[in-house]
Amino acid sequence: MSWESILIQLLNGLAGASSLFLVAAGLSLIFGVTRIVNFAHGSLYMLGMYLAVWLSGRVGFWVAVPLAAVSVGLVGFFIEFFLLKKIYKAPELLQLLATFALALVIKDAALWAWGPEDMLGPRAPGFSGAVNIAGSAVPQYDLLLILLGPLVLVFLQLVLSKTRWGILVRAASEDREMAGALGVNQRWLFTGVFVLGALLAGLGGALQIPREPASLNVDLRVISDAFVVVVVGGLGSIPGAFLAALLIAEAKAFCTGLGYSEATLVIEFVIMAAVLVWRPWGLLGRAQAPAKNPGFAQAPAEFPARKVFIAGAVLLAVLALLPVAAGGYTLVLLTDMLVFALFATSLHFIMGPGGLYSFGHAAYFGIGAYAAGILVLNKITTMEFALALAPLAAGLGALLFGWFCVRLSGVYSAMLTLAFAQIAWSAAFQWNALTGGSNGMVGIWPAPWLASKTAYYYLTLILCAAAISFFWRAIHSPFGYALRAGRDSPQRADASGIDVRAVQWAAFTIAGLAAGVAGSLYAFSKGSISPESLGIQRSVDGLVMVMLGGIQTLTGPLWGAALFTWLQDATARNLDYWRAVTGMVILALVLLLPNGIGSFFQKKK
Amino acid sequence: MLELKRLNSGYGRAQVLFDFELRLGAGEVVALLGRNGAGKSTALKATMGLLPLFSGEILFNREKLQGLEPFRIARLGLGYVPEDRRIFTGLSVRENLEAGRQPPRAGAPRWTPEKLFELFPNLGRMRDRNGVSMSGGEQQMLAIARTLMGNPRALLLDEPFEGLAPVIVDAVAASIRELKREGLSVLLCEQNLRYARLVADRACIIEMGRICHTGSLAGLDSDPALRERYLSF
Ligand SMILES: Nc1ncnc2c1ncn2[C@@H]1O[C@H](COP(=O)(O)OP(=O)(O)OP(=O)(O)O)[C@@H](O)[C@H]1O
Ligand SMILES: [Mg+2]
Repeated sequence: MSWESILIQLLNGLAGASSLFLVAAGLSLIFGVTRIVNFAHGSLYMLGMYLAVWLSGRVGFWVAVPLAAVSVGLVGFFIEFFLLKKIYKAPELLQLLATFALALVIKDAALWAWGPEDMLGPRAPGFSGAVNIAGSAVPQYDLLLILLGPLVLVFLQLVLSKTRWGILVRAASEDREMAGALGVNQRWLFTGVFVLGALLAGLGGALQIPREPASLNVDLRVISDAFVVVVVGGLGSIPGAFLAALLIAEAKAFCTGLGYSEATLVIEFVIMAAVLVWRPWGLLGRAQAPAKNPGFAQAPAEFPARKVFIAGAVLLAVLALLPVAAGGYTLVLLTDMLVFALFATSLHFIMGPGGLYSFGHAAYFGIGAYAAGILVLNKITTMEFALALAPLAAGLGALLFGWFCVRLSGVYSAMLTLAFAQIAWSAAFQWNALTGGSNGMVGIWPAPWLASKTAYYYLTLILCAAAISFFWRAIHSPFGYALRAGRDSPQRADASGIDVRAVQWAAFTIAGLAAGVAGSLYAFSKGSISPESLGIQRSVDGLVMVMLGGIQTLTGPLWGAALFTWLQDATARNLDYWRAVTGMVILALVLLLPNGIGSFFQKKK
Repeated sequence: MLELKRLNSGYGRAQVLFDFELRLGAGEVVALLGRNGAGKSTALKATMGLLPLFSGEILFNREKLQGLEPFRIARLGLGYVPEDRRIFTGLSVRENLEAGRQPPRAGAPRWTPEKLFELFPNLGRMRDRNGVSMSGGEQQMLAIARTLMGNPRALLLDEPFEGLAPVIVDAVAASIRELKREGLSVLLCEQNLRYARLVADRACIIEMGRICHTGSLAGLDSDPALRERYLSF
């Protein structure tokens, strides 16, 4: 911990900032014109890395880098042309989901093409040495990258201000419809911008290979970093992205230089908090007009009529009688279904009535699971108490993260939820002493009187049924009306005395709490937890369940969760490429059946 | 030149235009008059393809416009200036003009930024100024100039005089008359008969989304009952 080591870290941080800036700039550019937040942007970066490593072995590094960038640009072209074109008019949420699904598909494509092992890249010929700065060796390549970031910034600014294409891009970012009425064909503009954005991401990845091996985990790490950068810098502002990339990379480097590498996650968080309080639209961002096509045009959820109550009671009775007939395996599956029904219901609560998109709901599921494990394994409390306390931990997490998320709307908030989930995942993954790191924790078993599968099933049934009916009640309580009013017209709700943010914050916290209940139940039913329990995949699972069931319906999450859990149990364990399959299912749902299977059945009736 | 036949259109399920009919001849300036909320802007948006048509037909130089996207309609030579102007505030005057530029068109006057700066001298003095810092009149001129950069054969102008100082009104009116001399057809929405009189040859009155009167401006001037019924000014 000397000044030299801090300086070295700062230079290191600057070099990292360049790559990050390339990704964030592409993300910003694409959003500006198409209003789509490309969740697959980190995947394009990852693709750039793999392609560059693979090509380097054939054509040499300096040819491989531009070739990889151009190839990723080409991939971008196909994505835009065959997928995004179809969803520009779709509700925001579906757009987010579609690009998210794309990220899953690309990850499995990379797994298929290059295998699960990390791939080490070559050094850059001509820049493989080091320069002596203040007594330490700084890689020449880092200095090259440090130079490259500002160069790309200047290049982009020139393109945007001096070329006709750039002027049209800026015009369309401001007012798409007007640009169209002036004769601008947006279709090619959109394609062009997406290709450029993809190319930048690919270049960012390709340039990174001398510093870091290509790996399958890169995509989510990069996309959540890029989200933080654009939130801090201002979505749509390229200089903002540059500034924020520098700021965050340097702050992290400073922490590492001081010897507190664990603090890097916290510092990112603190910067974001400070910026959001001080300038909610980012350092150089402008306030966004509300989305033209936000959520769904939702019919108010129907009040559960008598019929629904009776059907619910019958279902509950059937579920209660099942253990008599069902075997152990079926009981475990049913327990899983109940747990995920609660998880999906809580997610649906904030997405449907709340209108907040969460792409990181698994964070609260996972916090609940980990808290339960930590409490029991360290003999802090008994299992029963742990089951009661663990959800509170999840609720606290949601209270903290939710404060940020409700301060932003639409895509901004969605990006934050993902970034927070990634932070929670990193914490679980890195904090060996507490969480067992990548191995997770084992031996988290329920108390003896709940040890039998039947007893545990009943416990799960009671808790989940109670929590789910609580949500159903809440939707039709004054609180639920306030929540929906805030979703449908925030201004009017505000004017009528509803504190929209407070209501949404409360809903977010309650949903996190319930996800924590589901998580801790899950931990005790499995006996072990691993970082996957709060990984992005789990968040995606939740989204798919809600989508499957249909977001407008009250009972949709139940059917969605049951169907999904069963499908996963029946097929996923035998499939190597389950992510791609999930991704394809989401894409198919988005394109063919945007209202979910629930609505499909309703129409049939 | 432009012919609207039995247009039915509106926002979502709310219908605003009912069997709306209108003809604009070559080189003619027609004023579409009506009170607040009568449906004037809606008629222009529907023509421009910015609103879906429930039914009806739009002919422009014998080409059907219905179902075309706005940019295609613009490229056929129909220019549109919205009532809220919608200039690109992050772009300079020059860049706004560049955003509107289209290739020259046979049978339509050909505009360049230099010619437009002659038509609107105010704009010439602020070529590199950003849209944010412009007055209402300057914005209006820029909006018209930007649309003219597409070299249109006909213009749809939505309340071009709204909120302008009297001197500026005269300046804008003079440039519209100049456009007519250049051979452009203009369809102009207006609430105020006085302003319409400055430029229009003919007037159509719209009320609750229907055309209820068509005739010369002189005819309107000599019919106080008609004015009383459909217009506020
Ligand atoms: N975006 C919209 N969504 C729903 N209804 C609209 C919308 N815009 C206008 N309307 C309705 O359509 C009707 C016609 O509006 P329009 O803007 O065409 O009137 P106008 O004649 O241009 O009035 P003004 O002189 O005030 O500009 C009005 O009743 C208005 O309330
Ligand atoms: Mg109007």
